[in-house]
Amino acid sequence: MANILALVEHRQGTIRDITYELLTYGRKLAEKMDGKLTGVILGHNTGDFTESVKKHAHRVVVADHEVFKDFNAETYQHALADIIQKENPFLTLIGNTAFGIDLCPALATQLGVPFTTDCIGVEIADKKVRVTRQLYDGKMDAHVYLSEGPSYMLTLRSGTCAAEEGNLTADIQKIEASITSQPDYKKFVEYIEAAVGDVDITKADVLVGVGRGIKEQANMSMIEDFAKAIGGVVACSRPIVDANWLPKDRQVGSSGKTVKPKLYIAVGISGAFQHIAGMKNADTIIAINKDPNAPIFNEADYGIVEDLFKVVPALKNKIMEMKQ
Amino acid sequence: MDLIVCIKRVPQTAEAEVKIDGSGKDIVKDRLTFDMNEADSYALEEAILLKEKSGGNITAVSLGSAEAEDTLRIALAKGADSAIRIKLEDFGELDGFKTAALIREAIKDIKFDAILTGCMSTDDSYYQVGPTLAEMLGIPHATLVSKIEVADQKAHVHRELEGGLIEHLEMSLPAVFAVQTGINEPRYASLIAIRRAAGKEIKVIGKEEISSEAKLNSTLEELFIPPVGERAEILTGTPDEVSKRTAEIIKEKGLI
Ligand SMILES: Cc1cc2nc3c(=O)[nH]c(=O)nc-3n(C[C@H](O)[C@H](O)[C@H](O)COP(=O)(O)OP(=O)(O)OC[C@H]3O[C@@H](n4cnc5c(N)ncnc54)[C@H](O)[C@@H]3O)c2cc1C
Repeated sequence: MANILALVEHRQGTIRDITYELLTYGRKLAEKMDGKLTGVILGHNTGDFTESVKKHAHRVVVADHEVFKDFNAETYQHALADIIQKENPFLTLIGNTAFGIDLCPALATQLGVPFTTDCIGVEIADKKVRVTRQLYDGKMDAHVYLSEGPSYMLTLRSGTCAAEEGNLTADIQKIEASITSQPDYKKFVEYIEAAVGDVDITKADVLVGVGRGIKEQANMSMIEDFAKAIGGVVACSRPIVDANWLPKDRQVGSSGKTVKPKLYIAVGISGAFQHIAGMKNADTIIAINKDPNAPIFNEADYGIVEDLFKVVPALKNKIMEMKQ
Repeated sequence: MDLIVCIKRVPQTAEAEVKIDGSGKDIVKDRLTFDMNEADSYALEEAILLKEKSGGNITAVSLGSAEAEDTLRIALAKGADSAIRIKLEDFGELDGFKTAALIREAIKDIKFDAILTGCMSTDDSYYQVGPTLAEMLGIPHATLVSKIEVADQKAHVHRELEGGLIEHLEMSLPAVFAVQTGINEPRYASLIAIRRAAGKEIKVIGKEEISSEAKLNSTLEELFIPPVGERAEILTGTPDEVSKRTAEIIKEKGLI
């Protein structure tokens, strides 16, 4: 039978949203093959986790031990290798998250299982696995076949499917942890919270998001002036923080902040999925980008295909005029 | 500390028009510019900073076509001591797994304390080479690395997670670090250094020197343009006209 395993991802005592997407997606794939979905929980004090997950899977396998309280790819790899060998699933699904990226390639390599990463779609037909991946800054999609293997493993990008309410009642199977201490060569020490600054972009009604299209630090003042004119706050994409032009707490996206302003104006931002993840729920999105094929235009409500150095000053003037 | 840095030469596609070529499996590359993969340039800089602190040697490795030697020369100009190109043309279709297997073969006689890679490349976005290579070598790894501090063969490593949360790890060496962008400020190579690097030898190895049993994990079937959902309403006209219309839209929403 073609069963599917989905790994439950949690952090600091909470199940992460990607988990329910994996469970929803995994369950649909399993049902198409008349198989079962098994949710795998590695954690500590997992009672609440099990309660939440059991509605979403046919089976839940739980290994509860202190060593799994915080994520360490090494301990998880050890335990999962064991579980996968025993369960022999057709496919194992892991989130394409900071957690999954650290875990999947090494785990699959250890097991000799064909794998690929960052999938946005999975089809299974005649025991063949075909996935959709994104290449070239999100400007191309590709269909990719996994090579034939005894089992398969994938990381799935968040947002690939919407999590659905669960209506199952899984059988719960508790198992012993096959590893009980962290290895000397890789130890989790602590989580360190991101520094907080004086501006909270999550509270602003109007955000002007600036990206690499701004080219030089000297041009940042143009964006500051524009934001001031419109009564907004400056936020940015990751490269602006990488270059130290703005502090980390201004970064919008998966490794930055999630914002929901009334208006988000994206200036010189291409629209990588990691950025979109942080701003797609803004009420209105306006994008200014000179590249008509920039993925940001798939997300925006209004688009201006033009040189930002021409549009931003002109728009600032119009807004100033209107205010008078 | 002896270090190996893995570097890839990639097309710069963020601002370019990207088209599918006749094979249906690749993009038209002749009008694109190429550069060192962004995350790899941070990995290289991190290696140079580690070397500046504790001495040692840096070997830059690239699996690429002959043009990748230009990218390796930039690495030499910035501070790498030697460079190896693995002949892309010798090994057919690749994925992250086979790439890692070939790099493993290419570095098997090199002594090292750490291998640095970028956390992913912007062309095929695998996120695979670093952690896969580590597993093949039987050494620990960390991905999305945003800080490395080494003392007494121990590394204190930060990984950057969702929302900017940091995971702090203690690791022993040797290890593989897949570096995230923003970990440092990559330097520019000086003109003198570039000129000096032009004369340095790059070791080129191909199927005569290395072989790999590694099979592909995956095969690309076809490329296609991503389906678009509901696209933005594109405002057209002169910068002045689109600005006027945009300002009106913002006003209609009650935000001016
Ligand atoms: C694990 C991980 C986490 C990440 N987390 C985040 C995150 O939280 N947030 C984030 O933003 N990114 C994140 N990234 C990076 C992300 O993948 C992209 O690299 C990044 O978002 C690109 O930023 P950008 O759009 O500013 O730059 P680019 O992609 O380089 O785009 C620049 C854009 O500017 C346009 N442009 C250039 N000049 C002009 C001009 N004169 N006028 C108008 N337009 C112009 C170009 O057409 C282009 O579309 C993450 C990456 C990884 C691997």
